[in-house]
Amino acid sequence: MRLAVIAFPGSNEADMYSALKDVLKEEVEIVNHEAENLEGFDGIILPGGASYGDYLRPGAIARHSKVINEVKKAAEAGKPVIGVSNGFQVLLEAGLLPGAMKRNESLEFICRSVEVKVENNETLFTSEYESNEVLSLQIAHGNGNYYCDDETLDRLKENKQIVFTYNGSNPNGSLENIAGITNEKGNVLGIMPHAERAVEELIGGTDGLKLFQSIVKNWREAHVANA
Amino acid sequence: MSLMLEKNPEQLKAEKVYKEMGLTDEEFAMIEKILGRLPNYTETGLFSGMWSEHCSYKSSKPILRKFPTTGEKVLQGPGEGAGIVDIGDEQAVVFKIESHNSPSAIEPYEGAATGVGGILRDVFSMGARPIAALNSLRFGELDSPRVKYLFKEAVAGIAGYGNRIGVPTVGGEVQFDPAYEKNPLVNAMVVGLLDHKDIQKGQARGIGNTVMYVGAPTGRDGINGASFSSAELKDEPVEERSAVQAGDPFLEKLLMEACLELVQSDALIGIQDMGAAGLTSSSAEMASKAGSGVEMNLDLVPQREPGMSAYEMMLSESQERMLIVVKTGREQEITDLFAKYNLEAVAIGKVTDDKMLRLLHKGEVVAEVPADALAEDAPVYNKPSQEPAYFREFQAMENDIPAVNDYKETLVKLLQQPTIASKEWVYSQYDYMAGTNTVVAPGSDAAVVRIRGTRKGLAMTTDCNGRYVYLDPETGGKIAVSEAARNIVCSGGEPLAVTDNLNFGSPDNPEIFWQIDKSADGISEACRKLNTPVIGGNVSLSNQYDGKAIYPTPTIGMVGLLKDIDHATTQYFKEAGDLIYLLGETKDEFGGSELQKLTYGKIFGKAPELDLDVEEKHQKQVLTAIRSGLVASAHDLSEGGLAVAVAESLMGTNGLGANIEISGNIVSALFSESQSRFLLSVKKENQKEFEGLVDAKLLGEVTDTGVLQITAEEKDTVLTEKVDVLRQAWKGAIPCLLK
Repeated sequence: MRLAVIAFPGSNEADMYSALKDVLKEEVEIVNHEAENLEGFDGIILPGGASYGDYLRPGAIARHSKVINEVKKAAEAGKPVIGVSNGFQVLLEAGLLPGAMKRNESLEFICRSVEVKVENNETLFTSEYESNEVLSLQIAHGNGNYYCDDETLDRLKENKQIVFTYNGSNPNGSLENIAGITNEKGNVLGIMPHAERAVEELIGGTDGLKLFQSIVKNWREAHVANA
Repeated sequence: MSLMLEKNPEQLKAEKVYKEMGLTDEEFAMIEKILGRLPNYTETGLFSGMWSEHCSYKSSKPILRKFPTTGEKVLQGPGEGAGIVDIGDEQAVVFKIESHNSPSAIEPYEGAATGVGGILRDVFSMGARPIAALNSLRFGELDSPRVKYLFKEAVAGIAGYGNRIGVPTVGGEVQFDPAYEKNPLVNAMVVGLLDHKDIQKGQARGIGNTVMYVGAPTGRDGINGASFSSAELKDEPVEERSAVQAGDPFLEKLLMEACLELVQSDALIGIQDMGAAGLTSSSAEMASKAGSGVEMNLDLVPQREPGMSAYEMMLSESQERMLIVVKTGREQEITDLFAKYNLEAVAIGKVTDDKMLRLLHKGEVVAEVPADALAEDAPVYNKPSQEPAYFREFQAMENDIPAVNDYKETLVKLLQQPTIASKEWVYSQYDYMAGTNTVVAPGSDAAVVRIRGTRKGLAMTTDCNGRYVYLDPETGGKIAVSEAARNIVCSGGEPLAVTDNLNFGSPDNPEIFWQIDKSADGISEACRKLNTPVIGGNVSLSNQYDGKAIYPTPTIGMVGLLKDIDHATTQYFKEAGDLIYLLGETKDEFGGSELQKLTYGKIFGKAPELDLDVEEKHQKQVLTAIRSGLVASAHDLSEGGLAVAVAESLMGTNGLGANIEISGNIVSALFSESQSRFLLSVKKENQKEFEGLVDAKLLGEVTDTGVLQITAEEKDTVLTEKVDVLRQAWKGAIPCLLK
């Protein structure tokens, strides 16, 4: 499976890149924000960091970069697209996921480990997890307070698009403890906790591994089936 | 058009305008002699910036000469952007600490943020990729709105800048004392990693080579900030507002990536950050270090505002700028390289052979000054030194043991002291995991960061207890270095080297100068003994308000090497049944202690003693035991003594407790701050081997009760409390004070 990690100016693309390459041992490339073609890739990942310095609003400037059109095409084509932390914010700003991020309720940046519950393990991104499995993942964001209107929330619930929630205490004030959602089609995931920081025992544990393993496994199965 | 009407040379002299720029009559006379004529306004500005304490170390040079600065592993000592130490395999670690105290006292968010930005540039200008940041902060007590504001904003500034760069802020220290009420300290440290082949120098070599300006355009912010920050803060800081710079972390990240690409180019000759005194210091120092001259046309300098004067451009401290020297004819490829990052790289001058810094502006030579005179020939002052009366008085005192009625209540109160209490409120605002290399996160003794592609790791810490240094500068200096090394050792590292940030009051006060002098003696002696040379640092003097100085605070930043990342150790107890040991002798020592402050509301008496032979022996024993895989947890005893150390070792655990038995005077056993002590836990199966290596006393064991129980020799219970209760007190203290 060939993966693209999109690098906006200000992204922390290296963290995601090394998780996929060194730990998952997948074929992965860092792709510049000005790229005009993502056709050769089987999955697209928007990493964390602070694209364009988080100026205006996190993700608000990145959504205007050239590569976003290509990300949209990939999403329409049904390829898996993931945005982690700042990447999630970019997906919201780009309209690939519904809703918006507000500043954390505390108005402070929060970096710590939180409990995250797998609400839906029947997605491209979570099939390797048990249903209701509780993970320990790290959050590191100033704007993770997810919000959407009632109608959108109803749809998210109805379609089981709420994939991850904060378990126990809610760190940032997000609606319904939302930590991660997919689009209606289920091939675009936004998640605030840094799954890529939890792929090694030495650093932050391994609770994030299955997210990436799910994507790879589902892709392989689909392509073996199609072959 | 300039905003200022510049005086002509005669007016400058007659009206003593140079005094407003921070130069003395004698210094102005020296300048006149060096030039053989009167300096003009711009030239006077160049000297005032370069001869400020911040740039020239004119009051502290005789002190800095005391420090050991060499060693077999030192690749670069003081004098460049940052020091460099060999860590084997053709790799090296680069690190430095720097203060941003004065700006942070006025505009804490930007002051702290640009402090991080400046020290990052010092490190990546050496060719190193920054891998971690730390800080050392001091504030007044958290009971006034102003102090709370300074504390909150400084932390937010560090977070706001560091988090956007993608460099994790992995550690540091925060202490609170009324001595810092008006003069908070914000010291920032950055650690970088490089391959030997990539080491860069800030030198303008090669006559005819091109001087290029890269990064953000120059504006009117921070003009002559170097002299501002070298002066005492007054009650009316408003007029000096422009002396505080504003930072742009996004630009810094682009600049960092561009510079790290640049250092791989053979077109690059030299690179230096435009830090304090901006374009002046970078150009004069690069010329002086290379024995060359530099000529620059200021019309070519990218400018953010119209009509800037030569003086303003040369002394602006706008952030995110670098000066580089490149091989002539290669300018375009450099411009193209920076353009990829949306940054400007503009040729503004050339390297000359006449050793002059010559500036052209609007077709005229506006300054012509020997580069060495600016960079090297600043006056050096041997300030008078006098032992303060308080010191003699304190030394004459007998050791006093504060009376404690309720040990449990006292322990809880100590855990709630902001200096001891959990700093989670602080570090949870820092992205300490960015880069995914942080093996030991903030909260334990020293942070540990792995080095990818190797088995190695780096341990890093900042330490200084200003109370001890105040009571006894020489001993306090020794303690600061020893405690830093103890923290490194507890995390499994071998101490490598030191960067120091000397924060003091005014050196013009002989009693303050004595503090500087004596603490440098202590630091030097400890650095020699522990084999940790000083490879760079920063001096921040005149931290005083209305004549009242801060506690002398020579902050020690230290980095250590873990040969194997598996040696990484935390302070937290691991498993019920593990044995708990205390290494080191406990004496009745409360001078400058948390218990003394809590009991009397002030500090007095002698600082705890420190025997460097004992210190070295204990550190070696602990490191050997850790490397032999015998140690489950290691924690140094510091503020609050044994009782606090045991409680802290339980804080990061889930459901564990401890039973320990103490001996001797109960108050001393619990709360004395005697030095060179370690709290270690060891698996039972390793008991024999551990005891063969370490002269530690068995105190008790880790339990699964979730209760801390301390008994005295006769089996009387001294203290029993649920760990959850202790944790709540410790964790809640700072958030509660900030509400």
